[in-house]
Amino acid sequence: MAKVKGDVVIDIERCKGCEVCTTACPNEVLAMSTQVNSKGYRFVVKVNADCIGCANCAIVCPDGVITVYKSKV
Amino acid sequence: MKELRLMKGNEAIAEAAIRAGADAYFGYPITPQSEVIEYLMAEKPHERTGMVVLQAESEVAAINMVYGAAACGKRAMTSSSSPGISLKQEGISYIAGAELPCLILNVVRGGPGLGTIQPSQSDYFQATKGGGHGDYRLIVLAPASVQEMYDFVKLSFDLAFKYRNPVMILSDGVIGQMMEKVEIGEQYPRLTNEQIDELYPWATTGKKPGKDRRIITSLELDPGRQEQHNLKLQAKYKKMQEEEVRYEALNCEDAEYLLVAFGSSARICQKAMDLGRAKGLKIGLLRPITLFPFPSKILHELATKVKGMLTVEMNAGQMVEDVRLAVCGKVKVEHYGRFGGMIPSPAEVLHALETKIIGG
Amino acid sequence: MEQNFDLPEIHTPENLVYTKTKVLTDNVMHYCPGCGHGTVHRLIAEVIDEMGIQDQVIGVAPVGCSVLAYNYFDIDMQEAAHGRAPALATGIKRVFPEKFVFTYQGDGDLAAIGTAETIHACNRGENITIIFINNGIYGMTGGQMAPTTLPGMPTSTSPYGRDVKMMGNPLKITELVAMLPGTYFVTRQAVHTPALVRKTKKAIRMAFENQKLNRGVSFVEIVSNCNSGWKLTPVQAIKWLEENMLPFYPLGDLKVNGEMVSK
Repeated sequence: MAKVKGDVVIDIERCKGCEVCTTACPNEVLAMSTQVNSKGYRFVVKVNADCIGCANCAIVCPDGVITVYKSKV
Repeated sequence: MKELRLMKGNEAIAEAAIRAGADAYFGYPITPQSEVIEYLMAEKPHERTGMVVLQAESEVAAINMVYGAAACGKRAMTSSSSPGISLKQEGISYIAGAELPCLILNVVRGGPGLGTIQPSQSDYFQATKGGGHGDYRLIVLAPASVQEMYDFVKLSFDLAFKYRNPVMILSDGVIGQMMEKVEIGEQYPRLTNEQIDELYPWATTGKKPGKDRRIITSLELDPGRQEQHNLKLQAKYKKMQEEEVRYEALNCEDAEYLLVAFGSSARICQKAMDLGRAKGLKIGLLRPITLFPFPSKILHELATKVKGMLTVEMNAGQMVEDVRLAVCGKVKVEHYGRFGGMIPSPAEVLHALETKIIGG
Repeated sequence: MEQNFDLPEIHTPENLVYTKTKVLTDNVMHYCPGCGHGTVHRLIAEVIDEMGIQDQVIGVAPVGCSVLAYNYFDIDMQEAAHGRAPALATGIKRVFPEKFVFTYQGDGDLAAIGTAETIHACNRGENITIIFINNGIYGMTGGQMAPTTLPGMPTSTSPYGRDVKMMGNPLKITELVAMLPGTYFVTRQAVHTPALVRKTKKAIRMAFENQKLNRGVSFVEIVSNCNSGWKLTPVQAIKWLEENMLPFYPLGDLKVNGEMVSK
């Protein structure tokens, strides 16, 4: 049972769909949406509830689109 | 009590820079202007006023150091001679585009290429028509004495900051190297950083909390906005033409024949005029002090009064084009020039006037 | 529609562990998806934020892909001609010795057209920070050969691969500047994994902190990707970078506190 719960908020309009965050996530929380944003980029979405708030995704994101929260359970 | 000194033109520039409260000089040695940086280094201006002096690795680096310091609202300058000024043209274009104030001294030597180290005025086109790429102008001042070398430094900084535009002092190897009596002016203090923040809100001095950041750039990818920027520059140049024209008119009131010359050529023409007057020829001399903005209006007026004009330049005929534009065909305009480092004598000039204009 | 995994109940200020620093503007960066420029911009901005020097820093942007860097930093900046950023930085630092001055330059800007300015600013020991992005290619002009293009690497001006006999060798300018007495801190980093991003940020922090010591240039090379120029996806480019760029441009400190790091 995880001792922390995390969550990420993705600014999908600024996301360029580079997928770099998806490979940085230890828990495979992130994947590409089947939808596109107004610029035509597939953006990143959460696909499970396993986020631990490590911020790896946010710190490799070249466009600073990810905000990370972490809460002790 | 006035302080008088016997100085080389290049030394006068250097002393004037310290006295004008200049913040920085960046340069690279080249004959015939190396005395500027030599004098500065010997004078230790960092002790006298806090002025920075640095010998750069090239003319290219020196002008870009000027860019960096000028963009901070500091009074920055460089000096060089013709081949070195060519190298600086990239930086001068960027400085003009970014609307930065600075002073550039060109102690002209003969060209093209490596040319000669002897004096010339062959960089007139380069100085007055822009010099580098893009549509821009420098304010160009042409000193004819060592005193003017001194006086034009403070004037250049004042004009540069008034218009946010680079100013060039277009001198030559004669004025740079010769020694004359100079009246040394007062020591103006360098501006404090607080004064710079107050006077020059555009300067990059570190973004102030709650205020917008400052960006110094000559880049505008949107053609509409670049055109607006060009129009703004053109309006500035028009204002210079309206307000900053400077010239000296000698014996023009009764003149039948007019010599037109700048810098050291004007000194020679003054003597030629005296020789001619002694022979009964009514000769006047119009000496443009600002080469841009050019004194077109006075020349246009004089064109209705005189029978002919002769421009005397140490080049193959450059300023003559501006004189012809100014007189608009109203009167005959000819050119007499020596070049490649050769200096015309007064007798030679008078002979040219007599053969090309008076008898021509 | 994707399933919703949001946990809005934990979105509180005390739970915030990461968000974009305010030293970056809200302008959307023009860089290609996955480009390392954005990451490095963010790290510089975070360092400026954390050091509390936003009002004391002056940056110099280059010519190249990051020519518009000044649109993204909420600080005073100057735009240099191609390669001249270290000369501008010299001019700035000499008149403002108390301010923090940095250049941000790519490989063409720093190691080709600006080699003289780079070497001499480093050799004079200007008290500035130089951030050098090396992706082995000219990105902005469409993928031409750079001074740092690897042997055999195809670009639009070396379409059959860089033939070093004909086109010359890649220049390891970071090794070169480390040899100069005017450099105080020289390091080579990368930003394609979370661990490397954290190390790079520490290096950038040190490179800015060093300006307080007045001991010379702090030079941080970042080996980065150019997905568009390399004609790879961002994820493929990271793999290519690890397999090809890093063996030629090994990561690590070359000079710390003015002393060469022995390998």
